[in-house]
Amino acid sequence: MWQAIYEELGSHRFVPITVALDKDPEDARPYIERANPTHPSLIDTEHVVAELYHVTNVPTMIWIDEQGRIVRPHDSQFGTDTFTAFHGKQSAPYLDALRAWVREGKGALDPATVRSHQIQPTPETQRARAHRALAWWLHQQGRTEAAERHFLRAGELAPKDWTIRRGSMPIRGINPMGLEFFELAKEGVPLYPMEALPVEGGTSRKTS
Amino acid sequence: MATPELFTLIDGDRVISLRASLDGDAVRIAPDELRDATGWALKPEGLCQGDLCIPVRDRAALADAHGVDLAAFARALDRPLALDVTERAAALGTSAAERSAALATLEAPDFTLPDLHGHLHTLSAHRGKKALLIVYASW
Repeated sequence: MWQAIYEELGSHRFVPITVALDKDPEDARPYIERANPTHPSLIDTEHVVAELYHVTNVPTMIWIDEQGRIVRPHDSQFGTDTFTAFHGKQSAPYLDALRAWVREGKGALDPATVRSHQIQPTPETQRARAHRALAWWLHQQGRTEAAERHFLRAGELAPKDWTIRRGSMPIRGINPMGLEFFELAKEGVPLYPMEALPVEGGTSRKTS
Repeated sequence: MATPELFTLIDGDRVISLRASLDGDAVRIAPDELRDATGWALKPEGLCQGDLCIPVRDRAALADAHGVDLAAFARALDRPLALDVTERAAALGTSAAERSAALATLEAPDFTLPDLHGHLHTLSAHRGKKALLIVYASW
């Protein structure tokens, strides 16, 4: 659906860039082929972007302006209402805010607000990422038991990082939509500080 | 003392094979080997990479006749280390201080990643446009 937004806002200097935190391009293929995008749709098997932007769950949206500055930090938002019954968020206000930003330059947050809504990496979250990287390498070497130890250690160090705790499930042969996930979800969905900054809503209007 | 064995050090996107001496929980790497693998050299001034030198408070803990202790090396650089002696492998991460400082600049970190066709795309190539970064997954 980002392709639709991309086409809708085509006359503006705007590009959606999707990044799939999947272990294999083939896992992301169905989503990408269905979308048939003309914007960059990238695969991040090594969790490079997760590390650089301190992403702890998906989907996560970040706004970057023309000068390459973050003007809206990591935020859990959705492009559709497919799972609204589960997470409670409407996509329309966010998409309206996006349109206002692209068309009119409105809604970019000032630096102080951006900084105060960024999660700070900690020694534990960073050690967790190192264990995840080691686990992933071990897995690729076929050393499954050792990989499992390090995925679990990573999860202990960063319990609120679902790119680790849920993201590792497919690698470990666990259904990320199954029982283990529902147990994980009982701990509470990890939230970004952006939860405290509601999107300026409005009626969903597609103006050209 | 154990003879050096093949050891894997993961540093960002680099997977480095080197030789290390294993002694219980300790992994020691010959200074030359460490320098070739990481660019960090042990000098009188401390641990140096190019023009940057980090003074080493406890030199004895960092290195002895058998080499540089990997865990002490990571601590000296303030970098997290995931170490598995049994598996002869370790991953060096980025420190929280460095990551936080980078994020605080509000400059969107640059990256290059492939699409489904294997073509590489770089974020900074889109300077001059507004970019919406959407991180998602099949999970």
